[in-house]
Amino acid sequence: MTPSFDEMHAGATAVRAHYRGFDRWLGQQAPELMAARREEAELIFRRVGITFAVYGAKDEDGSGTERLIPFDLIPRIIPHDEWQTMQAGLVQRVTALNRFIHDVYHGQEILKAGIVPSDQVLKNAQFRPEMMGVDVPRGLYSHISGIDIVRAAQPDGSGTYYVLEDNLRVPSGVSYMLENRKMMMRLFPELFASHRIAPVAHYPDLLLETLRDVAPASVNEPTVVVLTPGMYNSAYFEHAFLAQQMGVELVEGQDLFVKDNFVYMRTTQGPKRVDVIYRRVDDDFLDPLAFRPNSTLGCAGLLDVYRKGNVTLSNAIGTGIADDKSIYPYVPKMVEFYLGEKPILENVPTYLCRDKDDLRYVLDHLGELVVKEVHGAGGYGMLVGPAASKAEIEEFRAQLVGNPSNYIAQPTLALSTCPTFVERGIAPRHIDLRPFVLSGKTVQMVPGGLTRVALKEGSLVVNSSQGGGTKDTWVLEDEPGRDTVPGTLGGPGLQSQSQSQSQGSQFQSQRQG
Amino acid sequence: MLSRTADHLFWMARYMERAENTARMLDVNYQTSLLPQSADRAEQGWQGVLGISELTQAFQKKHQDVDARSVMHFMVRDGQNLSSIVSCLSAARENARAVRGTLTTELWETTNQTWLEFNRMLRDNSFERDPAALFEWVKFRSHLSRGVTVGTMLQDEALHFIRIGTFLERADNTARLLDVKFHALAGDYFGAWGHDDAPEVDFYHWSAILRSVSGFEIYRRVYRNVIRPDKVAELLILRPDMPRSLAACMNELFANLGHVANEQSSETQRRAGRLRSDLQFGRIDEILATGLHAFLTQFLDRVNDIGAGISRDFLVPA
Repeated sequence: MTPSFDEMHAGATAVRAHYRGFDRWLGQQAPELMAARREEAELIFRRVGITFAVYGAKDEDGSGTERLIPFDLIPRIIPHDEWQTMQAGLVQRVTALNRFIHDVYHGQEILKAGIVPSDQVLKNAQFRPEMMGVDVPRGLYSHISGIDIVRAAQPDGSGTYYVLEDNLRVPSGVSYMLENRKMMMRLFPELFASHRIAPVAHYPDLLLETLRDVAPASVNEPTVVVLTPGMYNSAYFEHAFLAQQMGVELVEGQDLFVKDNFVYMRTTQGPKRVDVIYRRVDDDFLDPLAFRPNSTLGCAGLLDVYRKGNVTLSNAIGTGIADDKSIYPYVPKMVEFYLGEKPILENVPTYLCRDKDDLRYVLDHLGELVVKEVHGAGGYGMLVGPAASKAEIEEFRAQLVGNPSNYIAQPTLALSTCPTFVERGIAPRHIDLRPFVLSGKTVQMVPGGLTRVALKEGSLVVNSSQGGGTKDTWVLEDEPGRDTVPGTLGGPGLQSQSQSQSQGSQFQSQRQG
Repeated sequence: MLSRTADHLFWMARYMERAENTARMLDVNYQTSLLPQSADRAEQGWQGVLGISELTQAFQKKHQDVDARSVMHFMVRDGQNLSSIVSCLSAARENARAVRGTLTTELWETTNQTWLEFNRMLRDNSFERDPAALFEWVKFRSHLSRGVTVGTMLQDEALHFIRIGTFLERADNTARLLDVKFHALAGDYFGAWGHDDAPEVDFYHWSAILRSVSGFEIYRRVYRNVIRPDKVAELLILRPDMPRSLAACMNELFANLGHVANEQSSETQRRAGRLRSDLQFGRIDEILATGLHAFLTQFLDRVNDIGAGISRDFLVPA
């Protein structure tokens, strides 16, 4: 295996250009000071209650199941030009994915053209026949997409970004992107003064704009809500956070009801109509009349109202058909089919175990490959060949042979590493990146994403449920004086201007008073 | 505002207020227990604490003797006792967490911090080392959370439901405290004790009641006189300027209820207004003539009924 690409260092001593300023700063910090900052960060996260619940786990003191996601103080830094390319690739990819979902539930041109096998789609558990022929606002299905990106080393020492996975159902983690940035600015303001770091804090604004964009066309001032499974859900903090930041209601299924073809929420002033539901509940639980009858997380009759176009669900029902791991290999072809463009972002080469030749290859190379369940998530149900014992491999082999179409396999990518605080100083740990792409009137995103880090030495699994941590993600702005690229946000300049203005007027009124 | 949100806010405030009142009551009993007194008298005090919260039976299932240690343990750190301080702070925090987006950051963090710190204090046995300091701490965290509420929350429905919860709970708690403290002495008190013929209760008994509602200094300021039971009752029931009196609580409750009124709530408002008027125009000699216990029992029923009305009209509509 090629050695991993190190995001900060090129070779043993050289520091990459975009990390030089940070490296200099880090060299000047006393280790005790950094340790104190880490503790401070943890205390603040506890107080703010930025915690997640682990199923079946208990805290050390038995007081509950709330855990902190470990936060690392060394940021992942992305140079300006790399981000520009990645952004263009993400916009392209998500656009194609939305076209694909629309196609699947309408004319199915891509199936007729034989580019994606019909069986893969129509017999897929993620295909929702209920959505056939249903028209959704702007023809958009995945309004909020989380695209997982990794970087692997090439033999020549450079690194290539690959899309590892598309998350088009209810991708989470954006609150950590925002809170990590807030924390870094609080702990190390001097770093932000000495670097041109693109801001991300306007994400909730873009999100609200996107949700309003996809409201039913007949509604002028749409009422947007966030639907959460409740406070014991592992991502509850994020649901509450986003609702608060957008200034919309955070509702649970029990707060909603359907009457005369519309959805209402129960308020202290009587029923109020709801137009857009940013739902953080899976399809299966949305409507007990249409899906799982025992679900109490949804609202009875919701699907009917939705199909009539009287409420928007965000994301739409049935997006799972496009982020299924068995569909993933076809995404580059979708880009070509729908947009007539060459894909900017690459896929990881993938073996479909349902295919006989692929299966034979996979079985012969289990020790080198990563094998994943087609519908798996959260790092569960996967085999990392090089890290597995003989017994584990054999056990997995039996499962694989028993149900091959349930699995895909990929070469074990040496995910790039980033220096990370560990028990003994600083050491490289593997990372990935999840940028969030918003699709409304336009496709937009904030510069950055959530960087997850596998804290265990050598581990490639970054999921928080498996002991992963997070880092702040910096996208560096272009050097001042150079042309800004269209589509990037000129945030900082505008912000500082309005700040100085209001300070000025304060001063004035003080003098007058 | 979502009905469920209003419900959580209402209960968040009630539980915080309840934690404070429990701390106040325990503190006063603890301080009293440090004075020289008979064992009977001491036990009577601790039984009163259990009686106020209607917990005598639940307590007896777990403990044999009614003494300072076991009652304080039961009322402070027993998580199975839903009225214990730890249960109240936990419930306040859980309710806050359910609507954290509706609270200001300051209010949520204050509530969360109170819960985190309190658990830490229980773990390292700070409570056993110095119960009085812990009671004082709980009181001040409640002051803080009230101050943060009033000082940072937008003055909209959310604030009104918080205030409604606070004053409904406080009215209930003050009434119970009065009832138990008077009832313990005389069955029902009809205001018959003159200056000298009060039963063998003394200055310390009455001053303890007053202190538990931060009313000792206020009593002196208002009456400039020795402490007399009828005046204590008057202060805690009828004085609208005494922040923990029944009259003050009902004034606040009625005002806040007016701000959130909806199409179904007129009957609940009428009842709250009626109760408020009874206090506003009531006289202590009339109340005592019908019997204090009878009056307070009826008051608690009416407060309870208003609470049910608020629930039905706003918080858990059909």
